[in-house]
Amino acid sequence: MIKCNIMIVGVGGQGTLLASRILGKLASDKNLDCKLSEVHGMAQRGGSVVTFVKMGEKIHSPIIDEGEADIILSFEKLEAVRYINYLKKGGTVIVNTQQIYPMPVITGKCPYPTDILSEIENTCKVIKLDALKIAEEIKNPKSVNVVMIGKLAKTMDISFEDIKKAVESTVPQKTLEGNLEALKRGYNL
Amino acid sequence: MKKLLLGNQGIAQGAYEAGVKVATAYPGTPSTEITENIAKFNEIYAEWAPNEKVALEVAIGASIAGARSIVSMKHVGVNVAADPLFTYAYCGVNAGLVLVCCDDPGMHSSQNEQDSRYYAISAHVPMLEPSDSNEAKEFTKLAFEISEKYDTPVMLRMTTRVSHSQSFVECLERKEIPLKEYKKDITKYAMMPAMARGRRVAVKEREEKLLKDCNDLKINIAEYKGKTGVICAGDTYSYVKEALSDVSVLKLGMVNPLPEKLIKEFCLKCDKIYIVEEMEPVIENAVKKLGINCIGKEVFPVQGEIFPSLIKEKITGEKTDKISSVEVPQRPPVMCAGCPHRGVFYVLSKLKLTVTGDIGCYTLGAQPPLSAVDTVICMGASVGVNHGFIKANPQFSKNSVAVIGDSTFVHSGITGLIDAVYNKGKTTLIILDNSTTGMTGHQNHPATGLTIRNEQTHCLNLKDVCIACGAKKVDEVHSFDIEKIESLIKEHLSYDGVSVIIAKEPCALLNKKMKEKVYFVNDKCVNCRACMKLGCPALQITDGKVEVNKELCTDCGLCGKLCKFGALTEVDR
Repeated sequence: MIKCNIMIVGVGGQGTLLASRILGKLASDKNLDCKLSEVHGMAQRGGSVVTFVKMGEKIHSPIIDEGEADIILSFEKLEAVRYINYLKKGGTVIVNTQQIYPMPVITGKCPYPTDILSEIENTCKVIKLDALKIAEEIKNPKSVNVVMIGKLAKTMDISFEDIKKAVESTVPQKTLEGNLEALKRGYNL
Repeated sequence: MKKLLLGNQGIAQGAYEAGVKVATAYPGTPSTEITENIAKFNEIYAEWAPNEKVALEVAIGASIAGARSIVSMKHVGVNVAADPLFTYAYCGVNAGLVLVCCDDPGMHSSQNEQDSRYYAISAHVPMLEPSDSNEAKEFTKLAFEISEKYDTPVMLRMTTRVSHSQSFVECLERKEIPLKEYKKDITKYAMMPAMARGRRVAVKEREEKLLKDCNDLKINIAEYKGKTGVICAGDTYSYVKEALSDVSVLKLGMVNPLPEKLIKEFCLKCDKIYIVEEMEPVIENAVKKLGINCIGKEVFPVQGEIFPSLIKEKITGEKTDKISSVEVPQRPPVMCAGCPHRGVFYVLSKLKLTVTGDIGCYTLGAQPPLSAVDTVICMGASVGVNHGFIKANPQFSKNSVAVIGDSTFVHSGITGLIDAVYNKGKTTLIILDNSTTGMTGHQNHPATGLTIRNEQTHCLNLKDVCIACGAKKVDEVHSFDIEKIESLIKEHLSYDGVSVIIAKEPCALLNKKMKEKVYFVNDKCVNCRACMKLGCPALQITDGKVEVNKELCTDCGLCGKLCKFGALTEVDR
């Protein structure tokens, strides 16, 4: 993992910012250069959100351009597909299969395209997991983001010890126990 | 110590290291985190001011009194603060004053895309533009030095991507700067015509000196590599470096004034010059004025952000190979489940009123299915715009209202209300009081009774304010009591004069605890979907039927109140 562009996408409120900060800590522990780009303000209110994480020897731009992401870590099914043009050819999509209905679906203007992942499975590697189910199993539905980080770390061949250390120094102390359980579950899937 | 920080945190760290004593701001994306982070340093006095104009005035007072001071705002905030800015530029400083202005190319969270470099030019103040978090810190410190050396306020321009990206910052110790002595000098600080004429001369002299000196400023850097030259600043510098490896780059750390001598030298060594800048062609026009041929806005857009791929494509002709996109349903931002604004907008939509809106989370009331807002202009505009509607056509007094948030009302809605009363208007104003500045991430303001550091302070009573402004009819109501809201709105619309309804309920996000009860769709549901008109993200259609998403439901009860069939009832979570 010398150089990696990771795009974390999801729905405002799912904890994508915390997830990116865990990766920032990881890069910093590994003495890598790192830049994160976040979205604040209006887009956070239940909208589609994107966070960029770039690590490597020297990082210039904090944003990931179309066709430049090595990995898309998507906290929601639709969002994985929305940003597929950002994925490098041969890149990997790790997707939480949870479905969060956007307003046009909620109001019945269009259906939720439940089999949407089939649109991208021919063009890239897709790793699916039901992170919400796992988070609910450990009675911590808010830890979806850390379950996802666990799965990402495993996919990237990051040792459990390294990612655990990054989680420990990023999440609030009172949520640490639940988050470490989430991390373990995501990592050992 | 090296820390991964947001650009905005970099500025806070820079202010700390530079010995700043006073920091002021009004929250606004993408600038908010600057002052939030400064408030974590006990050595610095920090405050949320009611608006950007007051924030700058407080900083000016501190600067004249001898303390280094910093004031932060989003780009449109500079419009509000422009009056003191243009005149303090004449005065010059005692201790340094830095105004941080965060522009928003691409309008991620703003109502326009103005380029604040033009402000620096027309106010005759120097402007620096960092391109990452460490530069944000370093440039903040340098800005104070320049401010004191050249006797001028200095603007620091950020853009969304620099403000909201994290990169490594070398954090150092604070250097305490003792208070400078204040000496009364009306020729410098009391800007009446006779004094201002004298200061205008000083401004010109300082500008000429700076124009010469900036050629040697260490933040204007020429990197020579190849015959194609690119001139850029701020975020576009990092994009240029990402996109191109064999071009010469002139990175401008100071964007006003521009180092003309350095630019000429750079351009002489290159065969072809590109100017890569977002928004307006400020650098491009200046370079062309020097008689140098360059390519800028012929190939790069004036609107939105300019990313590395576009730079690469326009300069080298190379395109990135990418996977083609797939159409998926849009996911626009929405009012949260349990948002106290929702009920009010439901009623406004039901009554088919013309609604002059304002800036805040409730701007989202303009979106379907509520579609209840007609106009959004700027902070505080709802009241004045409504008054104008009614003066143009008195019919609007019967079928239009103005809506404004609590923080926005304090920011600049109060003056609109005073105007409507003074000029015998008939506006009905609804203040959506959710006890916080919501959209920017929950900052206190004068009507929350808490300071930036959550200390208790006087709580501005909005009802008393409205009465003091001369509104004779002022009613308070709970935001979820939609029956009462509907009857009140009707009553107020038939009232002959300016009146105010204050709908109160704290922001749903302030109470993070999961409610014990949630709503549930029982078998009385006839699938009429009246509840779906609320646009609540916790209500969704699954297999053709309405369902409550209990993860999102906050037990606000609006859907239950709306259902004529008793199909939405409270149950244990």
